[in-house]
Amino acid sequence: MPAEKPLYALTGLELLGLIKQKKTGIADILESQSLRTKAVEEKVKAFARFTDNTASGIPIAVKDNICIQGQPTTCASKILENFIPPYDATVIQRLKKAGFIIQGQTNMDEFAFGSSCENSAFFPTRNPWNPDCVPGGSSGGSAAAVAADEAIWALGSDTGGSIRQPASFCGVVGLKPTYGRVSRYGLIAFASSLDQIGPLTKDVRDSAYLTNIISGYDPNDSTSLNLPVGDYLKSLEKDIKGIKIGVPKEYFSLSGDGELEGLDREVKEAVREAIAQLRKLGAEVSEVSLPHTEYAVAVYYIVATAEASSNLARFDGVQYGLRVRSADNLIAMYKKTRQAGFGPEAKRRIILGTYVLSHGYYEAYYVRALKVRALIARDFTEVFKEYDCIVTPTSPTTAFRLGEKLENPLAMYLSDVYTISANLAGVPAISVPCGSSKAGLPIGLQITAKAFDEEMLFRVAYNYEQATLWHKMKPNL
Amino acid sequence: MYETVIGLEVHVQLKTRTKAFCGCLNEFGSGANTRTCPVCLGFPGSLPVLNEMAFEHGMKVALALNCQIQNFTKFDRKNYFYPDLPKNYQISQYDLPLALDGGLKIKINPSATLRIDGERSRTIKDKEKTIPVKRVHLEEDAGKLIHEGQDSLVDYNRAGVPLLEIVTEPMINSPDEAYEYLSELKAILKYLEVSDCDMEKGSLRCDANISLRLPGEKKLGTKTELKNMNSFKAVREALHYEIKRQAGILESGQRIIQETLLWDEALSRTVAMRSKEEAMDYRYFPEPDLPGFVLSEEKIRAVKDNLPELPQALKQRFIRDYGLSDYDVEILAQEKQVADYFEACFKVYPRAKSISNWLIGPISYELNSRNLDIQSLGLKPPELTALISFVDQEKISNLSAKEVLTERLNSKNTIEEIIKEKDLLQIRDSGELSAIIDAVLGANQKSVQDYLSGKTGAMMFLVGQAMRQSKGKANPKIAQEMLKERLKNA
Amino acid sequence: MIISKDDVQKVANLARIELNQEELNLFSGQLESVLEFIEKLKKADVSSIQPMSHILDIQWFDCAHHGNVLRADVLRESLPNALALKNAPESLKGHFRVPKVIE
Repeated sequence: MPAEKPLYALTGLELLGLIKQKKTGIADILESQSLRTKAVEEKVKAFARFTDNTASGIPIAVKDNICIQGQPTTCASKILENFIPPYDATVIQRLKKAGFIIQGQTNMDEFAFGSSCENSAFFPTRNPWNPDCVPGGSSGGSAAAVAADEAIWALGSDTGGSIRQPASFCGVVGLKPTYGRVSRYGLIAFASSLDQIGPLTKDVRDSAYLTNIISGYDPNDSTSLNLPVGDYLKSLEKDIKGIKIGVPKEYFSLSGDGELEGLDREVKEAVREAIAQLRKLGAEVSEVSLPHTEYAVAVYYIVATAEASSNLARFDGVQYGLRVRSADNLIAMYKKTRQAGFGPEAKRRIILGTYVLSHGYYEAYYVRALKVRALIARDFTEVFKEYDCIVTPTSPTTAFRLGEKLENPLAMYLSDVYTISANLAGVPAISVPCGSSKAGLPIGLQITAKAFDEEMLFRVAYNYEQATLWHKMKPNL
Repeated sequence: MYETVIGLEVHVQLKTRTKAFCGCLNEFGSGANTRTCPVCLGFPGSLPVLNEMAFEHGMKVALALNCQIQNFTKFDRKNYFYPDLPKNYQISQYDLPLALDGGLKIKINPSATLRIDGERSRTIKDKEKTIPVKRVHLEEDAGKLIHEGQDSLVDYNRAGVPLLEIVTEPMINSPDEAYEYLSELKAILKYLEVSDCDMEKGSLRCDANISLRLPGEKKLGTKTELKNMNSFKAVREALHYEIKRQAGILESGQRIIQETLLWDEALSRTVAMRSKEEAMDYRYFPEPDLPGFVLSEEKIRAVKDNLPELPQALKQRFIRDYGLSDYDVEILAQEKQVADYFEACFKVYPRAKSISNWLIGPISYELNSRNLDIQSLGLKPPELTALISFVDQEKISNLSAKEVLTERLNSKNTIEEIIKEKDLLQIRDSGELSAIIDAVLGANQKSVQDYLSGKTGAMMFLVGQAMRQSKGKANPKIAQEMLKERLKNA
Repeated sequence: MIISKDDVQKVANLARIELNQEELNLFSGQLESVLEFIEKLKKADVSSIQPMSHILDIQWFDCAHHGNVLRADVLRESLPNALALKNAPESLKGHFRVPKVIE
């Protein structure tokens, strides 16, 4: 049956199967993909740049914040426009070793600051399901490339939902692994205590396959944990009978009080149906509580911006990247370089992060946020004592329109309300397609498990996916 | 009339093979930016991993200073923009340093004086004092800036070199105490073999803060910070200068301004640093790239049990076991290598005082004039003791022995060969000496008469003549005995 | 008001970012609303909570065997000088070159 579809429309494991059976070759795949990209990239604008490859291999798209030796890697920022890393990120090394080639680097919100891919210094990426809508962010380019069949699969990074939310908006599968599961070495840091690299794929099997390749201990990353990596493809074989699923009531009572945007009715319905489906598959579903959920966004925007303000201090025009040369003294050079090099959202976050760390405010903001972060983490620990996983919407809405939230940063921040907690707690979470709005936009289901239990995520996600057809839907491009 | 209050902040570069957070060589002297990698250059995406040797060195020092190693310690980022700082933050330790609350016992020389405002002085009566060490923490060094015309040039070879910061409480009360503390600290660091402690090369740096207050006053006065001192002597001089300067200001009824001053060695004075445009706000926060470190009691004990003997213990042992004087031991123990050398000599030739005299005298002279340390001198302990035994057995004179030593270091001939070649063995044979004595007596009748008439001083002249006749080879003791014997019979 | 334009200007200076008047006005307003939102943290009861200094340090993470991540003191190859300087906007005689640092 798959053979009837063009090669570019197949999943990674379907293609690998065909190669193994000698029914197709890498050259055919690359050609098919190249034709597809020519046909649709102009509408989607998923890629920051394509790579000229001399080597041959299975192509993969990589977010533009993961260092590739000898290839410009820019975080979609002017300040890094000429930066060519002298080394490969650990995940890139792992991919190359496994026979992959990097087909290109995908567009993103500058330094992963954003939820819409509009904060790119290059251009906004479009949602393949509706070009007037955003693909989500910050890994919007990766999600859009996979959804548009321009890429078989892609890597993104997730600091507060930057893989899962665009996956949800674009109707693909996106995983944020446990903090410490995948090496961050070579990922240009946004917020070091929250960042993780993860896959965006057409289905759960591909996600499990890629996660196996990129996971594991890396002595170059002190926060990478030396724990055995499970066989994720194998974990798909188990059913979910008797599995205990918690549904946190706080995620469904989001009523739009004050600043908080409400949970979209269509999203709520789709997730309810998904939960019913999981019950049908034998899971035991009950309501649970994550009482500190309401603080997650506030904690996140303190912790993440504080770390970002420090991580981005190195972009100063001394060693690499942009330098504004007109400046005649050092401090003026710093200030003018950073003024010209950073976009508005980067500046806002650096200023906010600097402010919460500065003298007189540190205790009130940063230390308090670290304490509440511990409470949020504890909420998850408590639930996972009794439950195998937690099921929620990935995002309160479907993809919003370009420009809709650009002038209101807080509204943009609040669109991450369901995804942020997993980063704060360090636990793994996956988004899988679970519906479509009347306007024809995809809806995502988020499954969260305890630390290092990616096997549970894949198992639940796969059983759900196989029982539905949402992952088979393709945008009409 | 004022009491001096000094606190010292010492930074030592730890002697590891590689840098604190990456595998680049921790060594200087090669081309600019050739000992750098994505990590120590702070390239985007790079991450630090702590060098276990740096961590262990830090623990050793903390334990040697009797500090409490903390069961949980973590790193923090100190944020400020400066081009020698590749990431524009320094990985350091803030609220949970490696170790707290130690102390270093120093000797206060009873003859040392505490000069206050240059007029009064008083003798310090205490002989020992413990300088409290407030904290010991690990951090990374910055790169080097060279100013050239309208540019500054940056070399990051030094960036990321492990540094240990050792901070005292402000409880040092004189420049001499400060000097003593630094000397004692340096000795400990060298005994632990954790640092070269070379101030000229910057592997040991010392900043001081100093204030004055009236005796009995509990509150500390306004302090100034002194930087840019390139030797312990400079620290002492700068402190003396600053005491005088501050006392002058206070005397005239003015206030001290809290500021950072640089010591100008050439002018022998402090100069104010140009004031910063803004007060520093370092925005410390926990380094998210490095999880914390848990140190169990067992681990701390294991490091403690493996500490080498420290200077003070060694000095006590040398006095006890070898019967050496305080003075000798102070000098021998200054360098661990010298103390070790002493013991190696003692093993083959158990005459402590002779060995000590030789190490403190001629060997020390040779080391200084050749600018070598004892290991690179190339003289094995049994060679030295062989030479000493020639002297002790009065086979050669002390003077000749020094000549032999110099010759041995220049030529690589053996001690025995040199003695033989130079014909330095003393004449002890009475037959051979007899002829010389005869000649001396015959040629110096006047002195003979003087001696016989009771001027005993004349004897020394006659011995001297005998030595001259024998070209220094006559054993003076035997020559004197023979002279006396002859004149008794005269 | 939580944050004034003056505060924003000071913080931007600390972060070494030049802001023009338009940016200053825009960011001040936007940061004000974000900080107002963040005020909600004051409601949380954190009286008995230790701040989480690192995600990997807390017990629930169940990684007792983790921690004390150390590297053996073993040499690794450094970058050749040319590669270290390859991305530098300006370099001179093997060094990174910057406008003169004013002391």
